Amino acid sequence: MDRHTKDKAMRGVLWGAAIFTIIILIILIGFIVIKGASAIDWAFLTTKPLRSGREGGIFPAIVGTIYLAGLAVAVATPIGVGGALYLTEFTKEGKITKAIRFGADTLNGVPSIIFGLFGFSFLVYYLNFGISILSGGLTLAFMILPTVFRASEEAIRGVPRWDKEGSYALGATKLQTIWKVVIPQSISGIVTGVILGLGRAAGETAPIIFTAAILNPIMPESIMQPTMALPAHLYTLTSEGISMENAFGTALVLIVMVLLFNFAVSIIRKKKSIRR
Amino acid sequence: MVRMEIKDVNLWYGTFHALKDINMKIYKNKVTAFIGPSGCGKSTLIRCLNRMNDLIDTVKVTGEITLDGKNIYDKDVDVVKLRKDIGMVFQKPNPFPISIHDNIAYGPRLHGIKDKNKLNDIVVNNLKGSALWEEVKDILDQNAMSISGGQQQRLCIARCLAVEPEVILFDEPCSALDPISTGKIEDLITQLKKDYTIVIVTHNMQQAARISDYTGYFYLGNLMEFNKTKKIFTNPDNPQTEKYITGKFG
Repeated sequence: MDRHTKDKAMRGVLWGAAIFTIIILIILIGFIVIKGASAIDWAFLTTKPLRSGREGGIFPAIVGTIYLAGLAVAVATPIGVGGALYLTEFTKEGKITKAIRFGADTLNGVPSIIFGLFGFSFLVYYLNFGISILSGGLTLAFMILPTVFRASEEAIRGVPRWDKEGSYALGATKLQTIWKVVIPQSISGIVTGVILGLGRAAGETAPIIFTAAILNPIMPESIMQPTMALPAHLYTLTSEGISMENAFGTALVLIVMVLLFNFAVSIIRKKKSIRR
Repeated sequence: MVRMEIKDVNLWYGTFHALKDINMKIYKNKVTAFIGPSGCGKSTLIRCLNRMNDLIDTVKVTGEITLDGKNIYDKDVDVVKLRKDIGMVFQKPNPFPISIHDNIAYGPRLHGIKDKNKLNDIVVNNLKGSALWEEVKDILDQNAMSISGGQQQRLCIARCLAVEPEVILFDEPCSALDPISTGKIEDLITQLKKDYTIVIVTHNMQQAARISDYTGYFYLGNLMEFNKTKKIFTNPDNPQTEKYITGKFG
């Protein structure tokens, strides 16, 4: 082979590698749509499951997942953004900032089942929150905290120094500068982190099976009650061999939900984002 | 009349001694220029005058800088109020990525002005005061990033004027601008000196000669010579100043 042929060959191989990613996505989603679409109708989305999910719908699981992921994000966002602001705006680079960042990265690497075990022993039993939306939501919050934290930190660090100086030079306090310059300019990065966290929180099974999820098709009335959730329901339907059709239907609903989060956010980001 | 006085000021970045025993006076309603080769400390010094260097962790300052006799480095000084009284225009035009109107209203809003009519008056007056009004009067709602660099810099001047400072610091305000925009800013500075005390850092010696009344020549953290601009540019006391000004050095 001469050099030009090699060049073309390499280009082809790399193109293949790149296109492989999108093909996997298409196959995965296509497979779930084909297998799951037949299970889905209006009743499936709006009624309770019957006979352990062989029949009926998944409404309580949809609601439960929204509660759990919503609580996780509501808890993780202020802590993650607050911590990121402290690290970027209130302290010097040093041992402590390195330790905090290392801690966040390590937390990010902890397997989700470990969060589940921790939530079970610490929140459910030690703090006596019981198997509940509160326990599950907090467990998920711990899990997505590093995602929100690091994305926020990156975004806040990206705010140019000269914009902050411009604000201080006009007699702004630190709080005013953060509120009027730093947050508006980093909001889309922060929102991205929150959405990534939301998607993970909605989809993870391991953190909630010990802490929040039940099979009983009840509608939770407070955060001290347990709830059904989509990923846990999907797990049960599949592992107990109850109904593959409904399992794929549940999977499709879960995927669409996560995609809807992403879509909603990209709209918010477009509106909020500031042209530079 | 002396507006600000710099007394025995030394500054370190960590262990690097960047300003050495600086003494000079800033006169009211005059333009004082800081000149000197890159790294001589002139920008560092101007950033001491509104305590902008406080934002850098490793900086240590000794000595005194007074505004109307009061040391601005005293513990009881409100830095926020100080920066309102001593405005600053930066090297790179740095309007906020919001509308032209909101850029100018930013400062007044910080200090509690909420009334819309009042804010509008402030915006209009200061755009006129910075010779930008005719160019932007129809596009006040447009994002400030969409106007030219020279217009952005005049917008930054308008934004600075809107908080009613007494002293204005210009840190190489024209180094990113073309000659025509530079000329406009120079004219503006000459007008502003009627109402404000002005300090300007510049790389451009002709600019210092054109617009300033007093000039300080800095080299390696030392103030080599401080004098009336006319004297510095015609008959400097220090032979090194002459070398720099005539382009033989620097």
